[in-house]
Amino acid sequence: MADDLFNSFMTGPDENGRFGDFGGRFVSETLMPLILELQEQYDLAKTDDSFWAEMHDLWTHYVGRPSPLYYADRLTQHLGGAKIYLKRDELNHTGAHKINNVLGQIILARRMGKTRIIAETGAGQHGVATATVCAKFGLKCVVYMGAHDVERQAPNVFRMRLLGAEVVPVTSGRGTLKDAMNDALRDWVTNVRDTFYCIGTVAGPHPYPAMVRDFQSIIGKEVRSQMMEAEGRLPDTVIAAIGGGSNAMGLFYPFLDDQDVSIIGVEAGGKGVNAKMEHCASLTGGRPGVLHGNRTYLLQDDDGQILEGFSISAGLDYPGIGPEHAWLHDIGRAQYVSITDIEALEAFQLSCTLEGIIPALEPSHALAHVMKIAPELPRDHLLCMNMCGRGDKDIFTVAKALKFDMSEGD
Amino acid sequence: MSRIDEKFAQLRSTGTKAFVAYVMAGDPDFDTSLEIVRGLPQAGVDIIELGLPFTDPMADGPTIQLAGQRALEGGMTLSRTLDLARAFRETDQSTPIVLMGYYNPIYSRGVDRFLKDAKEAGIDGLIIVDLPPEEDSELCLPAQAAGLNFIRLATPTTDDKRLPRVMQNTSGFVYYVSITGITGAAEADAGDVAPEVARIQKAGNLPVIVGFGVNTPQKAQAIASVADGVVVGSAIVSQIAQGQSPADVLAFVKTLADGAHRA
Repeated sequence: MADDLFNSFMTGPDENGRFGDFGGRFVSETLMPLILELQEQYDLAKTDDSFWAEMHDLWTHYVGRPSPLYYADRLTQHLGGAKIYLKRDELNHTGAHKINNVLGQIILARRMGKTRIIAETGAGQHGVATATVCAKFGLKCVVYMGAHDVERQAPNVFRMRLLGAEVVPVTSGRGTLKDAMNDALRDWVTNVRDTFYCIGTVAGPHPYPAMVRDFQSIIGKEVRSQMMEAEGRLPDTVIAAIGGGSNAMGLFYPFLDDQDVSIIGVEAGGKGVNAKMEHCASLTGGRPGVLHGNRTYLLQDDDGQILEGFSISAGLDYPGIGPEHAWLHDIGRAQYVSITDIEALEAFQLSCTLEGIIPALEPSHALAHVMKIAPELPRDHLLCMNMCGRGDKDIFTVAKALKFDMSEGD
Repeated sequence: MSRIDEKFAQLRSTGTKAFVAYVMAGDPDFDTSLEIVRGLPQAGVDIIELGLPFTDPMADGPTIQLAGQRALEGGMTLSRTLDLARAFRETDQSTPIVLMGYYNPIYSRGVDRFLKDAKEAGIDGLIIVDLPPEEDSELCLPAQAAGLNFIRLATPTTDDKRLPRVMQNTSGFVYYVSITGITGAAEADAGDVAPEVARIQKAGNLPVIVGFGVNTPQKAQAIASVADGVVVGSAIVSQIAQGQSPADVLAFVKTLADGAHRA
């Protein structure tokens, strides 16, 4: 841990919600009082033992935490370098890390007396997690989802409807995650009294980036103790995929002050990070701007108009990134790289055939980078990757990309 | 004294309520938009609210979202928006122009450069939806220092405890958002609005203009009668969306202005 607290990377954000120059509260006046109330209530909850007792009880008995830390034996042998561990957050109830955060926000919403929950979703994993927890607690749930994503993530749309949620297809913009977030904010501004906005990633106005990070940090905390148990020391490298960046922030945060631990975030490079901007790599291919309540790196044109991202993975298809990642990037504490659709598809298949794990397309990006770096690393290098979601939702997209006709059967 | 202050002094002296019209710069194209904006003072508009197009207008309903998309598709930018204001100023030196939009295009250009260019183009005030008092150091304070009014939104969720903070660095006028919601969605109710306007007038020495949910001459009159003025946006933008000629759009604007001025 840090010897000198002044140099700690774990003290952010400041009282204005800033991580360095990033973050903040760029919202309309209508929402400002709501955000201040949320901050007040979250500050009370996070120092309340009964809040965390309820979280841990549900994490254990409803979600299935702790998720295993799994030594990927054949993958390690195949790549011939670093010892690869997978944090199995895809084994959580609902199939991804998203529910870690949703539980926290819904318990908070209940404490605040809110009866209606709204959420945005891209791949549908956050929407499914929100619909699930709302069903469990008998809360009304409305999920905004880009019309394009409704189409390419049909199984998750059906799941949400089975769970009793109303799914609203969003047609503004190009109909992806960014547009869904706009419409969720428009809903919130309209229904200020009874509605709680459950944001699915470490973005949005303060306190969301810090709050979502705190809820997802269970991932990194578990990895610390599980790796100590397995290897008697901390990992050398932790690595995770990034859209908004919540699974990555959850893994990274507990390691920020361990200077010997390398931290790598993997963005969606789409068709390649180049001038055509057919990617979602905000840090590699964007610049600072203000959107959805916070200042962060954004894909934008010269006029400050926001560009639509492009990725095979609906969950990474967002033109921004959480402000804490933007800050970690600028100060150099974490390294950010990008992986193309094609590389992610290769990793997807490798995970299926070598480890018997069908990964979501999001962590397939992280795995693709593991494939690049692991062979060059020594055999005693401990590399931990967050397998943050399972791929059931993606099989249609992958079949299409691999030109496999699903109607044929075998 | 800013053009906005002068305009309110003049309206006060005749006991007239202010009529503020919103149009999106460059909707449906630059030339048509300029023709409409140039005709607004003659149609009875006291203050022009010029929309700055943005891809992600989070406080706006479909009508203004689509207007922004039309403008952007037609090549509108922040620079072209300032060009439009500059062209308007060639023929009108007295009607205040308030630029209304979102922060990112301004941030992207650089605040200092933007303020210099906006002032030079004849912009008088700014309404930037996603800059609450908590972010005053970003643009509000530099804008005031550069001689531009920074007009704040007050809303039904702005309670008495918060109101002083909202009033603190506001100048020109206060824009009271009559509903919780987005532009062009619900209808404003004069009965609900009246006590809120009185509360805000008491909290500061500024005119209070009411917008969101005003779409007919009758509604404009009813709302203006309980405030210092009224804004109409989506109803005018709808006319442009339907492909009405500038003359027809302006004729419609005149009915709204007449309604407000009867108050």
